[in-house]
Amino acid sequence: MNSPLARHPLVQLTLLRFREFVREPEAVFWALIFPILLATGLGVAFRGGSTGPVNVAVTSAELARAMDGQGALAPEVLDTGAALDALRAGRVLLVVERDAHGEVVFRYDESNPEARAARMAVNEALQVAAGRVDPVSVRDDLWRETGSRYIDFLIPGLVGMGIMGNAIWGLGFAIVDARRRKLMKRIIATPMPRHLFLGSFLAWRMLLLPVEVGVPVVFGALAFGVPVRGGMVDLVVISVVGSLAFAAIGLLIASRAKTIEAVSGLMNFVMLPMWVLSGVFFSAERFPDAMQPFIAILPLSALIDALRSSMLQGVPLTGVGTELAILGAWTVSCFAVALRIFRWR
Amino acid sequence: MSRASSTPALRVQGLRKAFQDVHAVNGIDFEVRPGECFGLLGPNGAGKTTTIEICEGLTPADSGVVEVLGLRWETHAAELRQRLGIQLQETQLAEKLTVLETLELFRSFFRQGPSAAEALALVQLEEKRNARVGGLSGGQKQRLALACALVGDPALLFLDEPTTGLDPQARRQLWDLIDQFKRDGRTILLTTHYMDEAQQLCERVAIMDHGRIIAHGTPRELIASIGVEHVVAFATDRPVALAPLEAISGVKAVRTAADRVELQVTELHTCVPALLAEVDRQGLRLTSLTTHSATLEDVFVSLTGRHLRDE
Ligand SMILES: Nc1ncnc2c1ncn2[C@@H]1O[C@H](COP(=O)(O)OP(=O)(O)O)[C@@H](O)[C@H]1O
Ligand SMILES: [Mg+2]
Repeated sequence: MNSPLARHPLVQLTLLRFREFVREPEAVFWALIFPILLATGLGVAFRGGSTGPVNVAVTSAELARAMDGQGALAPEVLDTGAALDALRAGRVLLVVERDAHGEVVFRYDESNPEARAARMAVNEALQVAAGRVDPVSVRDDLWRETGSRYIDFLIPGLVGMGIMGNAIWGLGFAIVDARRRKLMKRIIATPMPRHLFLGSFLAWRMLLLPVEVGVPVVFGALAFGVPVRGGMVDLVVISVVGSLAFAAIGLLIASRAKTIEAVSGLMNFVMLPMWVLSGVFFSAERFPDAMQPFIAILPLSALIDALRSSMLQGVPLTGVGTELAILGAWTVSCFAVALRIFRWR
Repeated sequence: MSRASSTPALRVQGLRKAFQDVHAVNGIDFEVRPGECFGLLGPNGAGKTTTIEICEGLTPADSGVVEVLGLRWETHAAELRQRLGIQLQETQLAEKLTVLETLELFRSFFRQGPSAAEALALVQLEEKRNARVGGLSGGQKQRLALACALVGDPALLFLDEPTTGLDPQARRQLWDLIDQFKRDGRTILLTTHYMDEAQQLCERVAIMDHGRIIAHGTPRELIASIGVEHVVAFATDRPVALAPLEAISGVKAVRTAADRVELQVTELHTCVPALLAEVDRQGLRLTSLTTHSATLEDVFVSLTGRHLRDE
């Protein structure tokens, strides 16, 4: 601790952030370990989900035999009650049964695309087994590109979600905790320039960013071959711009709250809509058209869209200018308001 | 006396501060002389913290003058921050840092002053240098807070209730440290609601109540001012008639507390026998009898009719 650099208040304040983080095992877990566990779990669950055999329940061996030789179908013979239980529990996508008139009945959830596909495959198998001859001859040429699988979709989403969570939680809890224990008041009673106190949070965000972005990206690349087509520089630029936006939002959330409960509520209130709407786990296009303009200006949507375009499609930074501009606007406006209303004691 | 040393270390004049409808500080004046330890003594809610935080430049006053080391906050805030040592009531330092790391943090805010390790020695906490703040005892935390106030080598120290909540041994230890700071030539403004602390540490004391200073002077002067040398406290098996007690010569005041009666008296050797005779005359049995020399507590009682700490 003898170098002049180590005696600079910004360095000491950033060290404070660093020490509070690494000495809190739960913080490290949620920031760094949890995203890996989540990606592993989801990656394994959805790995080649569409290529495995489709589970269907049938109520007679005769129906099962009709599907023999269809490798894509895995029929299981159950009585009607057990078959419906299996459908309810999601173990099978479709129940196939022959009614009193000899008609085949398909039972499935038609809002589930996989169940619709299963119905078509089973129908196909039954018709062919009964002697249908197709007039057009076809063959499959299977093509699986990295960048179009669910895990490819997921990793940029998790990176964006991590940047948001770490920035908002990191600033929110630390600032309100310092205010609550009057540590902030004690610190501003010294000659320390106030901007350094806030600056230390930004410095700490930037120091942690390589880890919080690097961990899921490297994990995705090694375990699943998720690409970074846009290159590391672009990934860094997008991440920094995103992290600044969420740091500003975190600062605004924490600018007046006096208790941990109050700030927790505010943080969840701000983040929850983005977890749902911004396309972390599934495409935001599924929401109605009327909501799309609103979704597009959410900072997490902008960040994740930019990350996906860059990582998966290799779109250059000029191609994600709109997203970066949205993030920049959030940064500037939230910082401006936060600094105006910030409560130092 | 040189001109510099005749400038008060702190001058407060006509100071007022209200929070909504509470007049926390209601027009007070006092001066702290260089090198002395000045005490603001008063019960909870008297306005001590508000006063000291205005002097520390943390709370703006509604009106009045505050001059610290001859300077005003409005014009010389940056310089004042370098020269003041501050310990706030109820600050909890970061629990995850070690003692030494905490001091290095605070030391980095000041241009000059002792090193973190030297500051640690000033409060005799060297053996805890690598301990986490969260694991310190109350007294050790308070000593660390004092060390944080010393890292800028301040000319003037503000200590807000430095020993509140500590056990008697930790309090004595802190008093010794504060005594040492005085010997090092630092000026101290201290608030407390312990009369023994003010009596022990302070050259001069201002007694505060409801936002006003109701008396000030040296502890000796203040005690002399109430014209009472001793306090006799006693209890009886059944209630005692008070009027005859007031008539005893040398009894200045009679006050009833929850479980006892207190007489403020000038002379023990005449008043105690007279009291015993009166109790006997009323046919009562004495269940306890104690006497003590008058203290600042008794000054407060005689000025307000209340005790500093409501038991
Ligand atoms: N920030 C505040 N908001 C409202 N009332 C306050 C505030 N600070 C102090 N007070 C009130 O001002 C009075 C004096 O408080 P304080 O200066 O803390 O007294 P002391 O330090 O002597 O116990 C109390 O009645 C207290 O409730
Ligand atoms: Mg107080």
